[in-house]
Amino acid sequence: MSLLQISEPGESPEPHQRRLAVGIDLGTTHSLVATVRSSAAECLPDARGRVLLPSVVRYGPAGEVDVGYDALALAADDPANTIASVKRFMGRGVADVAKYGALPYHFVDAPGMVAIETAAGLRSPVQVSAEILKALRARAEESLGGEIAGAVVTVPAYFDDSQRQATKDAARIAGLNVLRLLNEPTAAAIAYGLDNASEGTFAIFDLGGGTFDLSILRLTRGVFEVLATSGDSALGGDDFDQAIAMHWRVAHGLVDASGRDTRRLLAAAREAKERLSADEAADAQVTLTWGQQLHLRLTRREFEEITAPLIQKTLGPTRKALRDAGLAVEGIDGVVLVGGATRMPHLQRAVASFFKREPLVNLDPEQVVALGAAVQAHALAGNRAAGEDWLLLDVIPLSLGLETMGGLVEKVIPRNSTIPVARAQEFTTFKDGQTAMAIHVVQGERELVSDCRSLARFELRGIPPMVAGAARIAVTFQVDADGLLSVSARETTTGIGASVVVKPSYGLTDDQVATMLRDGFDHAQADRDARALAEQRVEADGLAAALRAALELDGDLLSVGERAALDAGMASLAAAREGPDHRALKSAVEALNRASEAFAARRMDRSVSRALAGRRLDEVPTK
Amino acid sequence: MTPEFSRNHFELLGLPVSYTVDAAALDSAYRELQGRVHPDRFASASEAERRVAMQWATRANEAYRTLRNPIDRARYLLALKGYDTGEESNTSMPPDFLMQQMEWRESVEGGRARRDAGALEALRREIEASRAEMHALLARALGGDRNYDAGCSLVRKLRFLDKIEAEIDEALEAILEGAAAPRPARHVKGTA
Repeated sequence: MSLLQISEPGESPEPHQRRLAVGIDLGTTHSLVATVRSSAAECLPDARGRVLLPSVVRYGPAGEVDVGYDALALAADDPANTIASVKRFMGRGVADVAKYGALPYHFVDAPGMVAIETAAGLRSPVQVSAEILKALRARAEESLGGEIAGAVVTVPAYFDDSQRQATKDAARIAGLNVLRLLNEPTAAAIAYGLDNASEGTFAIFDLGGGTFDLSILRLTRGVFEVLATSGDSALGGDDFDQAIAMHWRVAHGLVDASGRDTRRLLAAAREAKERLSADEAADAQVTLTWGQQLHLRLTRREFEEITAPLIQKTLGPTRKALRDAGLAVEGIDGVVLVGGATRMPHLQRAVASFFKREPLVNLDPEQVVALGAAVQAHALAGNRAAGEDWLLLDVIPLSLGLETMGGLVEKVIPRNSTIPVARAQEFTTFKDGQTAMAIHVVQGERELVSDCRSLARFELRGIPPMVAGAARIAVTFQVDADGLLSVSARETTTGIGASVVVKPSYGLTDDQVATMLRDGFDHAQADRDARALAEQRVEADGLAAALRAALELDGDLLSVGERAALDAGMASLAAAREGPDHRALKSAVEALNRASEAFAARRMDRSVSRALAGRRLDEVPTK
Repeated sequence: MTPEFSRNHFELLGLPVSYTVDAAALDSAYRELQGRVHPDRFASASEAERRVAMQWATRANEAYRTLRNPIDRARYLLALKGYDTGEESNTSMPPDFLMQQMEWRESVEGGRARRDAGALEALRREIEASRAEMHALLARALGGDRNYDAGCSLVRKLRFLDKIEAEIDEALEAILEGAAAPRPARHVKGTA
């Protein structure tokens, strides 16, 4: 049976009024922005016709910020202030970034996530990423001639909660309304699947600049269902450059190269790598800081030899994803290559030999993620036309659990669970009269807490004193459609016990994000207030339109009193909308949202009941 | 606010309350329900509606996950009938099954030690056959026989089969990873 089509409850009352929405691929080495125009997705180029924006940000001595090719041009001369591959540092601590080897930055340890000392002061990777996103937003708004109503930003499927949260915050700081965080291989599958109207089970092999993802999806009649995902969030094309650079350093005795020389070697390495996709050998000239000229050479055979371990590293996660999906390679109908690094011939050979079939490459592997994100953004913004109906069901990449006695992990939600997902687990007290409980939330597959990533720690207080083992603490994990987690805990035997809800944080508090948000706009207070008011008005108008449409359709679900309360809430909202105070308008929006929750729940219940009743009439019972 | 979910998983998906489930009907009912309640359908709706959508989509995923997996489905059905499968508390098994368990465990250990992927694959096939047999018994116990005590015991046995199969997978993986172990990554080590 085909999917039933229902209209978007929040659909703009004037259907002709299209909302500008973009898809953004925030990549390790390059970023792109794409949109859907006349029902086809396309990447938006800069003024010089280039669609790729190098993910490089340079903080100049006079406070200027360069992004993209301008920054890249300065990378070799000012390595410490020119941040490349910042995606690798998102949501990561000092110990994590040390694994990437020699990097020319001054890292500063900050709780949860590193910061980088630059000419412009201390910068969080979140702020650096926000600069890239701002540049893409400006490009899109110029090209489309209007404000962007919403964006879908892609993340590696294997990103954990901290990395996802950091990406969402970066988008907020860049002034983007994030409609959804979308997994990169899933985005590629959308672009690919809709383009080819494919059906079947596909493996998406996505090796980008800094991350590797392998996702297995089933495409059936307009539903994209992710069966399993796996990967390595610290493996990508950059590692191949590093391997070449290290090979040269060892060969030429340059073990203590400076930051600047490292940059030059890396740039030469990347060029050599790219040329070796077509040529048998690549030569490079590098002038070192102290004037020495280096003649470097690399044959394809040498390259394949020194990078064979990296290719091997992709196969472990690939096998794991197949196993999690309960499939053998024979069950895969097609393999799609995504990411610039999949252009390497020896990688293509390895993938072909593993899957026993030639991979599909008919969409540009560097653009396909942004294109898929644009298609999703177009649909989420409410621009979906009839007949363009499809649904995406994605999964969480890593298991979520809690620390129990002895530093062991109790898994609460297993990896590859379809999102949104919620699961509750009961715990009890260890000592008589215990009134508080420390709750430690972790993410990962290993059994020891020390081998997993710590997401959040919080305390549940006010447990009524009882004998050990009598209290029942229900800890509930909820993962939303962006793959982001919130955790709540409640003592259930008494019903009066404490209750806590936390969002894991990676070191940036809400206040810090708010400060960065403010710093991002070089405006006077009045401008900021005007902007906040404009944003709240959009929010208020959307809510009012959605609620009016809902009342018209399902107003009969409300009693006279309930209806009057909602009408009063809408009147207050309308009044606040005309006022000058964005805070008052925000509270009016929040109040009306709260007041309409029961109504929203009843509407959904009716919608589901009608669908079930309809089906019972349609179908002859099978038993 | 949590919505009041009065329907059980079967009812939510419009399926008869039964251990025997038509997989194709389950799949399409699930997709149809998600098509109606998924948060992506409410991306530009009010916050209240988005929240309700997330709760419903969560519920739909839970119902589908439970009904798709035969052991979870059986356990759920037994709970609806008021029976607790007691997998954590009730570890007593009939002696012949205990003997069988020990044999299987030894075979896994032997296969792992000898790095014999073939033997492990053969063992997996044997367990699959045993599983199919138990599912047939389960269908009878939960269907016409209405023998829910027997159903609980079968769920406990099947749960054990799951565990042993996970051990086989782990052993096979260890063999594969060992065979494909990369050479020492001398060239890619950083210096920082």
